[in-house]
Amino acid sequence: MEWETVIGLEIHTQLATASKIFSGASTTYGAEPNTQACAVDLGLPGVLPVLNAEAVRMAAKFGLATNSTVASRSVFDRKNYFYPDLPKGYQISQLALPIVHGGYLDIDLDEGVTKRIGITRAHLEEDAGKSLHGSSQGMTGIDLNRAGTPLLEIVSEPEMRSATEAVAYMRKIHSLVRYLDISDGNMQEGSFRCDANVSVRPRGQAEFGVRAEIKNINSFRFVEQAINLEVERQIMLLESGGTVVQETRLFDSDKHETRPMRSKEEANDYRYFPDPDLLPVEIDDDYIEAVRMSLPELPDARKARFVSEHGLSEYDAGVLTASRELADYFEAVVAVAGGQGKLSANWVMGELSGALNKSDRDIADSPVTAAALGVMLQRIEDGTISGKLAKQVFEAMWNGEGSADEIIEQQGLKQISDSSTIEDIIREVLDNNPKQVEQYRGGQEKLFGFFVGQVMKVTQGKANPKQVNELLRKVLDS
Amino acid sequence: MHQKTLVELSAAMQQGRFSSEELTRACLRRISQYDGELNSFITVTEAQALAAAKAADARIKAGTAGPLTGIPFAHKDIFCTRGVKTSCGSRMLDNFIAPYDATVTQKLLEAGAVMVGKTNMDEFAMGSSNETSFYGAVKNPWDETTVPGGSSGGSAAAVAARLVPASTGTDTGGSIRQPAALCGITGVKPTYGRVSRYGMIAFASSLDQGGTFTRTAADAAVMLGAMAGFDSRDSTSVDRPVDDYRSDLNASLQGLKIGLPKEYFGEGLDAGVAAVIEAALEEYRKLGATIIDITLPNTRLSVPTYYVVAPAECSSNLSRFDGVRFGYRASDPKDLEDLYTRSRGEGFGDEVKRRILIGTYALSAGYYDAYYLQAQKVRRLIRDDFLKAFEQVDVIMGPTTPSVAFKLGEKADDPVSMYQSDLYTIAVNLAGLPAMSIPAGFFADLPVGLHIAGNHFAEAKLLNVAHQYQQATDWHTRSPQGFA
Repeated sequence: MEWETVIGLEIHTQLATASKIFSGASTTYGAEPNTQACAVDLGLPGVLPVLNAEAVRMAAKFGLATNSTVASRSVFDRKNYFYPDLPKGYQISQLALPIVHGGYLDIDLDEGVTKRIGITRAHLEEDAGKSLHGSSQGMTGIDLNRAGTPLLEIVSEPEMRSATEAVAYMRKIHSLVRYLDISDGNMQEGSFRCDANVSVRPRGQAEFGVRAEIKNINSFRFVEQAINLEVERQIMLLESGGTVVQETRLFDSDKHETRPMRSKEEANDYRYFPDPDLLPVEIDDDYIEAVRMSLPELPDARKARFVSEHGLSEYDAGVLTASRELADYFEAVVAVAGGQGKLSANWVMGELSGALNKSDRDIADSPVTAAALGVMLQRIEDGTISGKLAKQVFEAMWNGEGSADEIIEQQGLKQISDSSTIEDIIREVLDNNPKQVEQYRGGQEKLFGFFVGQVMKVTQGKANPKQVNELLRKVLDS
Repeated sequence: MHQKTLVELSAAMQQGRFSSEELTRACLRRISQYDGELNSFITVTEAQALAAAKAADARIKAGTAGPLTGIPFAHKDIFCTRGVKTSCGSRMLDNFIAPYDATVTQKLLEAGAVMVGKTNMDEFAMGSSNETSFYGAVKNPWDETTVPGGSSGGSAAAVAARLVPASTGTDTGGSIRQPAALCGITGVKPTYGRVSRYGMIAFASSLDQGGTFTRTAADAAVMLGAMAGFDSRDSTSVDRPVDDYRSDLNASLQGLKIGLPKEYFGEGLDAGVAAVIEAALEEYRKLGATIIDITLPNTRLSVPTYYVVAPAECSSNLSRFDGVRFGYRASDPKDLEDLYTRSRGEGFGDEVKRRILIGTYALSAGYYDAYYLQAQKVRRLIRDDFLKAFEQVDVIMGPTTPSVAFKLGEKADDPVSMYQSDLYTIAVNLAGLPAMSIPAGFFADLPVGLHIAGNHFAEAKLLNVAHQYQQATDWHTRSPQGFA
């Protein structure tokens, strides 16, 4: 039996507004419990919500960046259920008339293939507080700092057919919200959460199979693992004659399994109705145009421009535009290095990224600025240092020993490019290795590399490799 | 002093005839003397009142006083008052000291009004007789075996008994106008959105409005002027300048067109009440008005529509009372479910529970379309009836209630009968229109109220229409025996 996997993702991203979606309390992460929850967030008797205009703007930005329709009229609804971290006993969300709907994102798969994934809708809602189980005396602590933080819930069409596609989509959304400056996308802090709806069906069948929802997965890796585990589980179940139950499941990364949370059939009746404390959100064409004007260059456009303007491969352009900060850094390097697109790309993706990963830093915290790196690359281009020695220079720069020029000077790393000097050294090497010269002249071409190596050793790597090659050949062949 | 109107008291204090402190003490004495039997107050804020009175006196001396400065008033216990118990008439909030002031509270205090206490009310504003309060029933000063009306029964009784010259109320389906009628005083419910709901504990969000109880329309103009106004903390608050309600009071009623809905004079209306209303209309004719028959065809749908919409909204608004962060919490809960069920089961009274059940049902899957959605559609029809009528007439009149004050306990076991007595007041809440009730006479020695409704934001016109009647008649000056 050939099975096809069907996946839809619901992503909750916290919007990076300074204050909450319906109150003026701060949204800063990490404060002492219950120090960032005002009367409105606490759901005290008599309080009322007031909509944060910036949250609406951010949602509109997302809509425009995903070719969606930004609704000219959207409505907030109350989703009613009881839980201690939900102070009012209802969550203000959007049901029938969300602010954004009907868009898409193109994701990149292997071998240059792209696939279009539909975005059904994106709506605004408030986050709940946090429950900290087992905190004291077997009780649960409730921290309402998070209550009222704005969320944008992004729902995809069930158009992904593998965990790989799902991760690609999730990465794209993650990159986009950060490009748009609408979310910091910090998964550890809970600013970006993913629920995966997974089902399988016999290949060729039109109807969808029964789906399970895996909730609150907070890393790309876990999403991939969770989906694959769930697909395996469902297939095994179906192949052994069982049926899949529609339910909510949790992914346990330690036990490497998904397990049921609660059955969706018995789920709460949320008794949605339009919130009478809030007016419908009305957006006109002028507003949409103003938001459109404020959009930055989007990842896909930027990637295309890197290919055409900087002469990069699709792959390299893709890597460099995955994050806005990285793309900005790269372009700043190119500006200083004088248009050396490929060279800059190699260094940013290679040495720099390697050093960042090793020291667990973000590009924003790089000790080597884009300008400094750009200057170093200029020194490679103008022949002052060789590419190989540049690695040494880079390491010294990373460790704060100074600028490229200062380090080259201090360590005496200037490339030797004077023909007569090199020729003298070559003759010296050949004189000191007469046996190998004879063997080379006798036909062992491979010894050429040996001589080059010896020259490099004598010059401590500073001889210009191109000239060494040319001059060595000239001397040997003479 | 207690027979002087708010306007007269203000003038007297400005003239230095007595101080706000003396006036406040006089009110506190009367409260102490009479409230044992009436039970109109839940909390008396003596120390706070005297401090406010002294501050008011300083302002009066300095010449910076306004028309409300130094005037004692009673505040319905549904408005949050910082540092003062705010119970909403419920065991659920018996232990709740509000940490903030409602906007209305702030406005009145800034105007220099002196809050003497928080008044009794039907629990969570649900009721028409003030019999559902955790703090016991309020008695109608005109006949202490009868109800004062509800839900703002305490505020109405306090003004009727001349304990205070003014009080605040809230009106969702008639909770200011009906008690005003049964207690023989003037009650005003403004246009929806005119008075901020921030800090006014929510019953039905799309219907609730804060308003006033006074003995005259001129007094109401002063109170309303201070309470009304846009509030950025209330998204349903209307950003529209507040009219000077006092400036139009004296306009002539010559040519005024009064609409009389034929649907209001059918079955269910007491003949004695009808007679009083007829006499009042005759007075209006003398003042130069014309009475025009109109029809509000969807009147019979008002009560059912209201009793779907209001409970639905309240079922959600009251979910926050869960024993977790504030309010009543059951002792020794064994788990979360037990905490919820017992805190709410013990904290809420029967009428509140009844309405939460109705509302939950009306919003539930499978019933939402047939009940809540349908009711909201019918609501629009009811509103349209009024808007159409206002193309022909300036104001719409009728009886405020179908009968005079009924006996305590008479309708307590018949909630539907209780609901149906809201017949004349309920429609304007659904339409968001302003309306008032003014004393128009007596039947069986009990007050009868005349209901006057106007178009959106026509409060000035309503007050003018009421004031002119009060210049030509003296029903509003009558006091209940024993409180004169």
